[in-house]
Amino acid sequence: MAFVQKPQVYKSAINTVELGAGDRKIALGGATVYPLYSFDAPIENAPKIGVEISDLGLEGAPKAMLDYYGDCKTIAEVAKKAAAMPGADFVCLRFDGAEPGEGERTVEDCVKIAKEVAAAIDIPLVIAGCKNSQKDAQIFEKVAEALTGRNVLFLSAKEENHKTVGASVGLAYSQKVGAESSVDINLAKQLNVLLTQLGVAKENIIMNLGSAAAGYGFEYVASTIERVKLAALAQGDAMLQMPVVTPVASETWSVKEALISEDDMPEWGNQEQRGIQMEIVTAAACLAAGSDAVILKHPASVATISAMVAALM
Amino acid sequence: MALTGLDIFKLTPKTNCKDCGNPTCMAFAMKVAQGAIPIDKCPHISDEVKAKLDEATAPPMKTIKIGTGENEHSLGGETVLYRHDKTFVSKTLYSVAVSDAYSDEQNEKAFADIANIDYERIGERMRVEAVFVDYVSDGTKFLDLVKKANDMGRTLIINCADADLAAKALEIAAAGKPVLSGANASNFEAMNALAVKHGLVLGVTGKDLAELHDTVEKLEKAGNKNLILDVTMANIKDTFAATVQVRRAAIKDGDRSFGYPSIVNAARLAAGDRHMQTALASLFTLRYGSVVVLEGMSYADALPLFGLRQNIFTNPQKPMKVEPGIYPLNGADENSVCLITVDFALTYFVVSGEVERSGVPVNLLITDAGGYSVLTAWAAGKLSASSIAKFFQEADIENKIKSRTLVIPGKVAVLKGEIEDKLPGWKIIPSPPEAIQLVKFLREFNA
Ligand code: SF4
Repeated sequence: MAFVQKPQVYKSAINTVELGAGDRKIALGGATVYPLYSFDAPIENAPKIGVEISDLGLEGAPKAMLDYYGDCKTIAEVAKKAAAMPGADFVCLRFDGAEPGEGERTVEDCVKIAKEVAAAIDIPLVIAGCKNSQKDAQIFEKVAEALTGRNVLFLSAKEENHKTVGASVGLAYSQKVGAESSVDINLAKQLNVLLTQLGVAKENIIMNLGSAAAGYGFEYVASTIERVKLAALAQGDAMLQMPVVTPVASETWSVKEALISEDDMPEWGNQEQRGIQMEIVTAAACLAAGSDAVILKHPASVATISAMVAALM
Repeated sequence: MALTGLDIFKLTPKTNCKDCGNPTCMAFAMKVAQGAIPIDKCPHISDEVKAKLDEATAPPMKTIKIGTGENEHSLGGETVLYRHDKTFVSKTLYSVAVSDAYSDEQNEKAFADIANIDYERIGERMRVEAVFVDYVSDGTKFLDLVKKANDMGRTLIINCADADLAAKALEIAAAGKPVLSGANASNFEAMNALAVKHGLVLGVTGKDLAELHDTVEKLEKAGNKNLILDVTMANIKDTFAATVQVRRAAIKDGDRSFGYPSIVNAARLAAGDRHMQTALASLFTLRYGSVVVLEGMSYADALPLFGLRQNIFTNPQKPMKVEPGIYPLNGADENSVCLITVDFALTYFVVSGEVERSGVPVNLLITDAGGYSVLTAWAAGKLSASSIAKFFQEADIENKIKSRTLVIPGKVAVLKGEIEDKLPGWKIIPSPPEAIQLVKFLREFNA
């Protein structure tokens, strides 16, 4: 019997969520086929790639990355250069320096930096916090207010702070809420239910289902994304149809494969290449599982992953 | 397609003679349907019916064995499309290519890479499992490469669509049970004869899925079901489409002619671009590549890829466990502080990662907690003061380590008092509840 193609198109779709404003805005989601399966039906919105920058600047960045950013001095210059990186769809500003403790960055300072970055770029902006839920809620509220109209995504609202973040980011300033859970489909759904009950529109929510570097429990990440996508598409679960954004750089550059110097581990070879490949492998695996966007930082990874996505569409 | 008990019952003589050891034909049929007993336990079913049943009850994807001895590998045999449904059973093999079309330098580099990558990660030896020897146009150089590759002590994939030349290559390498790849719509008869003669797995290609399917059907008709499908097409998009559709046709639609493992040649899809090849290796590790061919393998490629593979090919129902014992980190010695946690692999990774980030020398103690996370193990009684004391005794901690400071997981800080009772002389300190806070905690602690 001859082979006959059987395209698998689902009755349900992933929500389309727009980020940014104006000519350079982007859309995530919208497809009725499994992510990347463009052979089943054309995919309107290809997965997107974000470039992460830190409020702490480029300190400790690997060499080729420093070369790329050249003599950028201010955060605005760094942001501009990040936005111009070939393959970049959006910029993600992470407030590493805001973590509570000695010399922590104040909320006012964060707002100032966010405004500078927003003014420097015309592609969409994503704001990531410092992982302290309380501080994040404070930062997000003020930054969301300051950047009204820019349609910014905030990463993330978690169970602990979803009420404050949802109310400010989602309701008061109509920005996009990132709902973060840790590799568990039920918790992901629960958080979406809570946010929508609060009044945040489904179209204003994006999920961060949790992240891990390849080799570091990545099977939980892959299976959670896959289960969520199947629930959204095959079972039509409206509380799991939000697009998925997976931060990759923040995981991959802090594992030992990327951290140990060549002096300490000569047989492992060039340290920067190890970091790049760890970022590439993890990002490709996230996209294969079904992420609608990944956040990377090295120019070589951004170039490769964007080329892979383009080749698959 | 799986047959129901009733389907099978209809094929029995329905005499309830009990010769199969079952009270009735129906009971027998139910057990066969569950896979509990083979169909040939009933002596009264005709061979014709048996063959029909065998075909119908066979798994959707064949398990194909390649190589010999310690280089024998199983490919395929998958029953699901997503690992959360059931464990993926045959891990993706990474293969490095040599070719008569490559420069001598590139081939030498590839052989050196293969020899160089060899390490252990959580009890699994990681190395390049297969050498892909590709024939393009220079037969003499190709045969020389086959010889060299054969001496590497790995499984070979001999990719040569010229059956006469392939015959010569097999005179050199057939004993190691390589894959003979390169059968296509025009040469499959000669290639099939060669593979059958040497008892080898035959690799089949096609310009598109229709042609590939057609060639496989012809080979099956000729009696060969010991196949592997090279699904590499003209470009990345078509190759991804082919790989996914072949697996989906086999598992979801029961198309037996596509129920074979796959080869994805990333070296050809992204020649010269090692970053892209690594990205593709990752993509096809998640999406149905049984063998992925690369131009080379450095530690920069190997560390993330093998780590990813080890994660993906685990049982989703059974947590991955780490061996209990002492894991000295950051150059820890017997005087370094001890930090104890459970043997759940994810916990181990997160904790060891944070400890490494802190740079503080720590003896990480992994105690047997049934592979559960800290809180689950504690709730299940698998992590307690007594279990920790027992572990200290079994692992002979007090003789191996001079430090008497033990950091316990912050989530079970309540155990502090009990542990102090069980381990006299030890100072017990609970860590912060989240691993992410460990870096700061350890640095301050060490200061
Ligand atoms: S041996 Fe065959 S015919 Fe006899 S009871 Fe078993 S199934 Fe029925």
